[in-house]
Amino acid sequence: MDATSAAHAAQHHAPPTSFIRKHVFSLDHKVIGKQYYALALVAVLIGMALSWLMRIHLGWTDVAIPGLQVLSPNGAPGGKITPEYYLSLMTMHATLMVFFVLTTAPFAAFGNYFLPIQVGAEDMPFPHFNMMSFWTIFVGFCVLISAFFVGDGPPLSGWTAYAPLSAIGKAGGPGQGTGQVLWATAICIFCISQLLGALNFISTVLDMRTKGMTLARLPVTVWAWFITSCMGLTAFAVLMPATILLILDHVAGTSFFVASGLVINDQLIPHSGGSTLLWQHLFWFFGHPEVYIAIVPGMGIVTHVLVTNMRRPMLSMKAILYSFWAIAFLSYMVYGHHMFVSGMNPISSLAFSFPTLLITIPSTILVLIWIGSLYGSKLRINSASLFALGFISMFVSGGVSGFFLAQPSIDIMLHATYFVVGHFHMVMGVAAMFGIFSGTYFWFPKMTGRMMNETLGKVHFWLTFVGTYCIFMPFHYLGWAANVRRYASFTDDYIKPLIPLHQFITIAALFTGAAQLIFIYNLIYSRFKGAPAPDNPWEGTSLEWSMSSPPPWNNFGGKDPVVYHDPYQYGVKSSTGTDYVMQNSPEKIAAGED
Amino acid sequence: MAKLLALTIIVIAIASAVPVVMHTWVAPADVSTHGRLIDEQMSETMIEAGVSFLAAQIILAIFIWKFSSLRSDGKMRTFPGGAKGLVIAAIVLVGAEVLALGVFGVKAWATVYFTPPSADAIPVQCQAGQFAFYFRYPGPDGKFGPLHPEMINEANQNLFGLDPEHDPDSRDDIVTAEMAIPVNKEIHLLMHAKDVSHSFYVPALRIHQDFVPGLDLSLHFTATKIGKYEIVCSQLCGLGHYSMRAYLNVMSREDFDDWLKKQAALQ
Repeated sequence: MDATSAAHAAQHHAPPTSFIRKHVFSLDHKVIGKQYYALALVAVLIGMALSWLMRIHLGWTDVAIPGLQVLSPNGAPGGKITPEYYLSLMTMHATLMVFFVLTTAPFAAFGNYFLPIQVGAEDMPFPHFNMMSFWTIFVGFCVLISAFFVGDGPPLSGWTAYAPLSAIGKAGGPGQGTGQVLWATAICIFCISQLLGALNFISTVLDMRTKGMTLARLPVTVWAWFITSCMGLTAFAVLMPATILLILDHVAGTSFFVASGLVINDQLIPHSGGSTLLWQHLFWFFGHPEVYIAIVPGMGIVTHVLVTNMRRPMLSMKAILYSFWAIAFLSYMVYGHHMFVSGMNPISSLAFSFPTLLITIPSTILVLIWIGSLYGSKLRINSASLFALGFISMFVSGGVSGFFLAQPSIDIMLHATYFVVGHFHMVMGVAAMFGIFSGTYFWFPKMTGRMMNETLGKVHFWLTFVGTYCIFMPFHYLGWAANVRRYASFTDDYIKPLIPLHQFITIAALFTGAAQLIFIYNLIYSRFKGAPAPDNPWEGTSLEWSMSSPPPWNNFGGKDPVVYHDPYQYGVKSSTGTDYVMQNSPEKIAAGED
Repeated sequence: MAKLLALTIIVIAIASAVPVVMHTWVAPADVSTHGRLIDEQMSETMIEAGVSFLAAQIILAIFIWKFSSLRSDGKMRTFPGGAKGLVIAAIVLVGAEVLALGVFGVKAWATVYFTPPSADAIPVQCQAGQFAFYFRYPGPDGKFGPLHPEMINEANQNLFGLDPEHDPDSRDDIVTAEMAIPVNKEIHLLMHAKDVSHSFYVPALRIHQDFVPGLDLSLHFTATKIGKYEIVCSQLCGLGHYSMRAYLNVMSREDFDDWLKKQAALQ
């Protein structure tokens, strides 16, 4: 028995019989994938609601939001948001979105569900680790949410939690005591979950591929999840100890991130010898790869969806895969661009600037291959492909602003302004969300056995596409006008004239947010009442379309599928008259139409 | 549907560019000697990024318009030159763009960070603390007295923790809540954080630098226009972050000397 066969033997587990094993503590990668998706859905709804509150406050600072005082008597007395509560809303919004949505949905949710299927495996090699990974993240989520309800308020030092503000405890002001410790604990737990998940993903790709599924025959989504896992394994392995050190600064009297001689309220802080910049280095060593951890799975999904709907292979899948690897490799060498004006050695700034500029090359190659592949194709327009096209548009818009932020001299003007907020929301927020939407419309039939409503899907796309541009493009204008971010209100003379633009953004955010309710309705309605889905509704070629919708508990009915072809055999003449041949079809492929 | 999307992308792309071309929302005008280099670098980047943005969006839109499944011509075609041409174009064009921006950008950065302040630059110390900036001038002896953080006492107005009783250099130090400087004279700013991280951001001066607790940094700059400009904090420092600011008053040399004398008398 060779190593691969041994791994295959180890993955078999009995069919689940009890309710708990089926739906709660499930070992089935598909159920775990859906659990991740549900968690991301809850997190995104909370995160979006928080952003509404923030936007209302920024547009109309003195307005009272009815009912908010019930949720937080201290944070919003009389429904009016206090400056510290604004910062807490911002911190929780960003933490939920970055960790529990953008990392969770495209990677952990879709990856868990489809990676084993696409490589032809019955499950991941370590199903118990997989189950633990979900329930660990769930605990992390609960710990984070509990920070809303602690006495001295939720944390307010942002998702970046810069020390020493985040490390000095209650002396730093509201939210810096228990709330901050809960934040660090939640992130630490989250890291454990990601490390377990990454190990499983990597092992699945390396050891669980079915017969004939060579590395060259892996669908692009598998490569995207594999590369993301490699990044996650190294990035979260740095963030986790960093959060532990931060917790120790709070609870054990250590001084990893707090320097000597700091004074608050005329009192010396009882710490000495720590380094302010150490936290920033550790955080951004994780933080920049994290941007790609959020976006690379989306790139994989969008490529997979586009190629299916264009009915032809990409111009060069190799160029796409090499670009993924180049982005992943460079992501560790660019993190210092978050710290150009941090007090880091200014020569380092130049050293970090060049790889940051260089990363635009693989990014441009991706965009050109996507757009060039559209040329001469027969693009099918549906909700999934619309969101995939929207992804490209958003990725371009968010990408070009990277040109500005990659240069230290320009960063002098744009650092910590709304330009940065516009940049990352477009490139890792909205673009990644479009990847999630595209994947949802594409794979929902396989995951549930029912089709989503296409009309509602298209309405959702149009409102979201136009709406997100209305929200995030003006952020760049605010940044050019030097509008500093993370302000609870705008009292500076030169910023006050920008408030009408903030009000426009707020209105756009409320409308675009409301449009997401169409998606939620479509998701829930279609889950129970949608038209039954055929096994292969989009005429796809990868292995997920070779099984029933939804798949049986053991994926391939206890047999190992055999793979004969590269993943995207479109634009060919099959023996049944279709324009595609599936990966597990033994038939020989005739020359294509062109 | 495909054509509508193509049109929407083009409209969004052009509409996004209009406020940039019209200069609808811009930063406060530059009043520094080095700012021109930064502004030029910004303009060049704006042109290169703007052209890339418009070209990519418009070509994407054209291809969506032309190549949806509804087109009458059913033949598949491949992009002329295939992937190789596109990859080479990306490496050459973007590579050249990156090299140009990277190399030229060094000059602006070097002007701010790699040149030492001149020997006769006026030293001013700025201390950032939750949620105010305070400034210190060395007085006639030209020397700052040492800081004793444990002696900071806001009620007694000992904002920097000075000990004039034991430190002769501190006796003539002048502490103010507003920063005044003479026009066309280089300033050597010494930055000290009292509690947590803050930032010294003066958009009109094209100056932006974090305060790092435990690590005193310095900057130098020259203001070229008399006027009052805002110094704002851009590093999240707690609940009052949004309100943390001070004014930079750029004066004629005579007015500055008068101002300094008046401040000395108030100590």
